[in-house]
Amino acid sequence: MTSTGLVLGDVVMRATDVNKSFGRLHVLKDVSLEVRQRETVCIIGPSGSGKTTFIRCINHLEKVDSGRIEVNGHLIGYREKEDGKLVEDSERNIAKQRTQVCMVFQRFNLFPHKTALENVTEAPIHVLGVPKEKAAEEAEALLTRVGLGDKCGTYPGKLSGGQQQRVAIARALAMKPALMLFDEPTSALDPEVIGEVLAVMEELAHEGMTMIVVTHEMGFAREAADRVVMMDDGGIIEVGPPEHFFEAPEHERTKQFLSKIL
Amino acid sequence: MLAAIDWHVIWSRIFHPNGTFTHALWATVYISIVAQVLGIVLGLVAALARMSRFLPFRLVSGTYVLIFRGTPVLVQIFFFYFALGLPNVVHLGVFNLTAEVSAGILALSINEGAYMREIIRAGIDSIDKGQMEAAKSLGMRSGLAMRRIILPQAARVIIPPLGNEFNNMMKTTSLVYTIGVYELFADAEQGYSNTFHPEYFVAVAFWYLVLTTIWSLIQASIERRLAVSERGEELSFRERLFAAWSPVTAWGRR
Repeated sequence: MTSTGLVLGDVVMRATDVNKSFGRLHVLKDVSLEVRQRETVCIIGPSGSGKTTFIRCINHLEKVDSGRIEVNGHLIGYREKEDGKLVEDSERNIAKQRTQVCMVFQRFNLFPHKTALENVTEAPIHVLGVPKEKAAEEAEALLTRVGLGDKCGTYPGKLSGGQQQRVAIARALAMKPALMLFDEPTSALDPEVIGEVLAVMEELAHEGMTMIVVTHEMGFAREAADRVVMMDDGGIIEVGPPEHFFEAPEHERTKQFLSKIL
Repeated sequence: MLAAIDWHVIWSRIFHPNGTFTHALWATVYISIVAQVLGIVLGLVAALARMSRFLPFRLVSGTYVLIFRGTPVLVQIFFFYFALGLPNVVHLGVFNLTAEVSAGILALSINEGAYMREIIRAGIDSIDKGQMEAAKSLGMRSGLAMRRIILPQAARVIIPPLGNEFNNMMKTTSLVYTIGVYELFADAEQGYSNTFHPEYFVAVAFWYLVLTTIWSLIQASIERRLAVSERGEELSFRERLFAAWSPVTAWGRR
């Protein structure tokens, strides 16, 4: 059971001993994590601890140096040669895998030359081959679901940050992904609009979307997360349910971090 | 000195153009347009080649720009004309391209492509890296992302310098006179050799000025529309490009 009362399914994402360096900087050190269907995992930790790099590896926006990441049993970004070595996969296969793992970015990255509706329909039409009318219908439903049913024809430049991020969430949902990644989705937002984005995310979590969320929003972690992962200095140092984390953190580093942030 | 100018010659060249003149004017216009369009296509291909992960593509693109931006366009025109041995006449629909015209268009467009590569590359580079990442995270391959997401946004940055390039192009076409293309400048030069009236050059300068002025009005209107859409007006890219590119509507809006 998840903390929100859902039954956990099979493992959706399995990362095993992932290592990654930028030049001489070793940013991920043997990171391993499993996320199961319908689970919401929050990754917390100080800046530079490798949280963002880790989730960027999960849809291969970053290459890994060693270790493996699988989503629904398929190796992400690499294919295995007969001798067991991993080589980077073809662009076609990587793109195909990414349709299953969608990302919501800190800075939204909406397409400014397209309306909210077009932002949402773009990939279903041109990547998945969904007929235009059906895609538009679904997109309208999704935008309504994130509370922006009346903004379909509006360009991102005319939307507030919170509205833009909700469009970005709808855009990712339109791909019907197996796993959604959130990279500090509220860090670039004004305090007064953070709530509307978190509310949408909480609803998703309660509906059983499988999500990995890098966040500094402890309220959200407490409310929606099934497990919280604490990262520091490129490694996972503590994993547990939110109650455990906020009431009795074990690790000294976690205590320090939480005392600063709460 | 001014009193010595035979104004009559100038007026008659401006207000009573003869058959060879209209032919020459048309040649200047269509050579500029064709060479510019081909130049944009070449520049786009070269810009994409430069960003390729495949090293030979990048090398070819770099060498191309090095050579064609680094040598005089007049030299290139002569080289293409005398070295390529192009067919005497090529029939392309309503156009009959002589070897001179083909060589001229080829040289001008290849030369232009080298400059356009830099302009297009700068336009693409100006688009936030997050746009490509967002497109990729939605399962787009880089070609699709380039076509649907990056280039439409880069167009906004590319179009102002592109306008300047076309202005230049209209004037640079006068160089193809040297390989025997009968265009505006050739027409003036011939008039001069028949009469020794330097006024022919004043008149031809006036006609170049007319062409560049018309273009600058069209360009200003395009840029105004781009500026409007930058302020968040809701115009689609297609509307922006095609509405703005039609000289008729551009004039109508003034």
